[in-house]
Amino acid sequence: MMTARNEGLEVRDLRKSFVIGGGLLRRAAATIRAVNGVSFRVAPGESLGLVGESGCGKSTIARSILRLMELDAGSVTFDGIDVRAASRVVLRQLRQRMQIVFQDPYSSLNPRRTVRQALEEPLRVHRRGSSREIAEKAQAAIAEVGLPKDVVDRYPHEFSGGQRQRIGIARALVLDPDLIIADEPVSALDVSVQAQILRLLEGLRARRRLSFLFVSHDLGVVRHFCDRLAVMYLGRIVEEGRTADVLDRPMHPYTRLLRDSSPLPDPGARIALPAFAGEAPSPAAPPPGCPFHPRCDRADPKCREELPAIRSLAENRLGACHHPMTASCEHTAASS
Amino acid sequence: MTTLAPTAATRRARAWDTFSRNRLSWIGLALIALIVLAAIAAPLIAPHDPLEQDIVARLDPPSAEHWLGTDTYGRDVLSRMIYAARISLFVGFVATLIAMTIGATIGILCGYVGGWFDQFMMGLLDVMLAFPTLLLGLMIAAMLGASLHNLIIAIAITEIAPFARIARAPTITLKQLDFVEAARALGFGPVRIMGVHILPNMISDVVVMGSLWMASAIRTEAALSFIGLGVPPPAATWGSMIREGFDNILDTWWLSVFPSLAILATVLALNLLGDALRDAADPKLRAE
Amino acid sequence: MDQAVAAKEQVAAADAAVLDIRGLRTEFRIGGQWHAAVRDLSLALRANETLAIVGESGSGKSVTALSALRLLPSAGARIAAGAVMFDGRDLTKLSEAEMSDVRGNAIAMIFQEPMTSLNPTMAIGDQIAEAIVIHRGAAWSSARAQALRLLDEVKIPAAATRLDDYPHQFSGGMRQRVMIAMALACRPQVLLADEPTTALDVTIQAQVLRQLAELKRAYGMAVLFITHNLGVVAQIADRVAVMYAGEIVEAASVADLFARPTHPYTAALLRAMPRVDRDAAGLEPIPGGVPALTAMPTGCFFAPRCPLRQASCTAQHPELLRFPNGHEVRCPVVLAEAAR
Repeated sequence: MMTARNEGLEVRDLRKSFVIGGGLLRRAAATIRAVNGVSFRVAPGESLGLVGESGCGKSTIARSILRLMELDAGSVTFDGIDVRAASRVVLRQLRQRMQIVFQDPYSSLNPRRTVRQALEEPLRVHRRGSSREIAEKAQAAIAEVGLPKDVVDRYPHEFSGGQRQRIGIARALVLDPDLIIADEPVSALDVSVQAQILRLLEGLRARRRLSFLFVSHDLGVVRHFCDRLAVMYLGRIVEEGRTADVLDRPMHPYTRLLRDSSPLPDPGARIALPAFAGEAPSPAAPPPGCPFHPRCDRADPKCREELPAIRSLAENRLGACHHPMTASCEHTAASS
Repeated sequence: MTTLAPTAATRRARAWDTFSRNRLSWIGLALIALIVLAAIAAPLIAPHDPLEQDIVARLDPPSAEHWLGTDTYGRDVLSRMIYAARISLFVGFVATLIAMTIGATIGILCGYVGGWFDQFMMGLLDVMLAFPTLLLGLMIAAMLGASLHNLIIAIAITEIAPFARIARAPTITLKQLDFVEAARALGFGPVRIMGVHILPNMISDVVVMGSLWMASAIRTEAALSFIGLGVPPPAATWGSMIREGFDNILDTWWLSVFPSLAILATVLALNLLGDALRDAADPKLRAE
Repeated sequence: MDQAVAAKEQVAAADAAVLDIRGLRTEFRIGGQWHAAVRDLSLALRANETLAIVGESGSGKSVTALSALRLLPSAGARIAAGAVMFDGRDLTKLSEAEMSDVRGNAIAMIFQEPMTSLNPTMAIGDQIAEAIVIHRGAAWSSARAQALRLLDEVKIPAAATRLDDYPHQFSGGMRQRVMIAMALACRPQVLLADEPTTALDVTIQAQVLRQLAELKRAYGMAVLFITHNLGVVAQIADRVAVMYAGEIVEAASVADLFARPTHPYTAALLRAMPRVDRDAAGLEPIPGGVPALTAMPTGCFFAPRCPLRQASCTAQHPELLRFPNGHEVRCPVVLAEAAR
């Protein structure tokens, strides 16, 4: 049931570390700080994009919000309810209001269950009506994602990647959630199918007034779908603001690097990378100070020593940088 | 996107294809079918009553009257063998079935729950696995006493740990797949997830090993019966029949040799069938 | 006399193309019958050029490269027709031993997943050296020295200390560079790259693409680059071939293709792509899906999804024709309009 007044999702100072190489008799080899103090809000009806490259922690956050993984510290509040402290009963209620859509259409559906069974199961488990009502609701969900009625008695292997993704979305919708966490929902799809699914998600968002936490590495997709954008690097948010603003006028050097590295379908706009390339450091051994400084052409001694805190850089813009780029710096030609 | 995962229909087709092309699988299947049919039809095909004693004809070598000879009490060896098949197959099948059910349940629980429970149970199971099957069976049968029920229990206990192992590995793999996470996100409880989402996707791995372990069960049964911890007389099992002829094996060779051949044939058939099933089901073991 | 002229012309033509695929038809056995995954495909790859093959899944782009190097699975796949001319020989007719001589030597291939093309139990220095020893008959120490030089060239930091490291000790981007180093070990004339950057982060992808371009210039190679990403195509290609359902539907220089996408599929793909630099008014999805190999429509394969579809499109299968604007396009409807 959709509440009339929903306070949305708020996460504060999330932290999660993984220990690798440990065991009963062995010392832990390394601690990876996958999520290192992340805070953001997703208002009702809003779509927030969480972007970053591998190892930045975005998938960990997505799963932790739903408590598919437990955090080490921080608070997750949905509609005023503390998710982390929720009892089993409250968690069951919460899980009907927050749902997840996965990346891989080939592993997100149980191969042994028909579409009907996959869609009706959540309704049965949560006792959402009589058998007939449940069956109707499942049919309605199928229609809503643009699939024909006769698919309900088929098995996942009979469908293409795009169709399976639709079924996964239908399954997420069947409990009428308020928030959808989409973990790279179109990354495994072809361009033409990707556009179909994005259009479907847009329609759903408008009709159902859904909020979205949209995790992705693809800036083009995020630009198209998300109102606001948070850029992550090594477990922290380095920049946040309105999507178009952040992508057109990035203030954090990493955001600029990310945007400039995204290839455009325009041979006249070939990427000219700055001379300082390098790779993201291992999350087990982040550099001191600002984690991006080894790859940044604007780094100075302060950057090497002091971790920049996230703060307001401009109106409706947050960032964690000692020397954010302002409009006047934007056109500095990067040497190739 | 590169290759699509094979669909369940394709997997079944390929599995059948592999199975049917393998000549050995047909031999195994035919042989075990023959043995099972013979056991079921024992009253119809046994030439003599297995309990009928004919003291005059005791310890006769194979002849026209008694194709495989007679034993110490003049009972027809062939008839006794056919009836013995019933016991051996019954014990083997039921023991394996019990072990499969209990073992797979433990394995799935360990794989799904993980953590200390898993470590503890695996430790326990490893201890059980450290004992040679026969020794373990012997200890349990000796403790319980010789009877058909106790024999089944003893053999089942020896097979629980292997099945738990077999069930645990795919559970761990499946647990990490998105659709299991989706089930958790949808608020399903662990019992539903294990029973509806995990079990159906790995049951074939477990069942396929059933044939191989049934062969092992029959070998164990024979050994225990040989020692005298099996089904008490006058019922015949292959193992006890071998024991009868053992003391005087050079003179009364037929008492030991024919039951041995019966065990050989059964175990061979189950092994061939089991290998073929396992190869057909496991894509990694097949050559492309 | 005519024969000599014809032979001369043939030689001249062969000079222009380093790798010349003619009328390739590759089939797969599905449900007991052979179905074409690639049909009547002709491509000429010239020296020092990067030809990009772009297509979605089911387009046959990977199958094309695998066919050229005869890397198709032995059961259930076959090259049914066509020729792959390289160095005066038809690769489809060579024996397996002769092909082994070509692979990794004159023609190298790199793949999407470096973990599966690098041997996890062998140090990378040894893997690179192995190729050199086998194909060039060099001594082991000399091969190792060359391997070190190659790692430096692909900019692996502190290469000397990493020669004895194993693949799992490298990050994804580094592994891809190691794979490139291995491919270049024997100075190939042709490099086939099958989605080499698809699995990489976007910043790493940009670096690897740039490096590939530099190495291509330095080594004078011809590169056949397979991808589904039109952005990457714009980034690195000289010429582009767009594939759909096993055929080329449009081929042009990269500037021409993006300036004037002619085939309806190419145009539709560009309209369906979200761009990082623009607030797209609305993405236009392409309705429907790629036809299955076993259920190809009659006539034009794209017709069921095409906004310009006419009755004549399902009647006859269109040919690939040269257009007034220099593109090769497989669409009679657009051709008729262009002629006007």
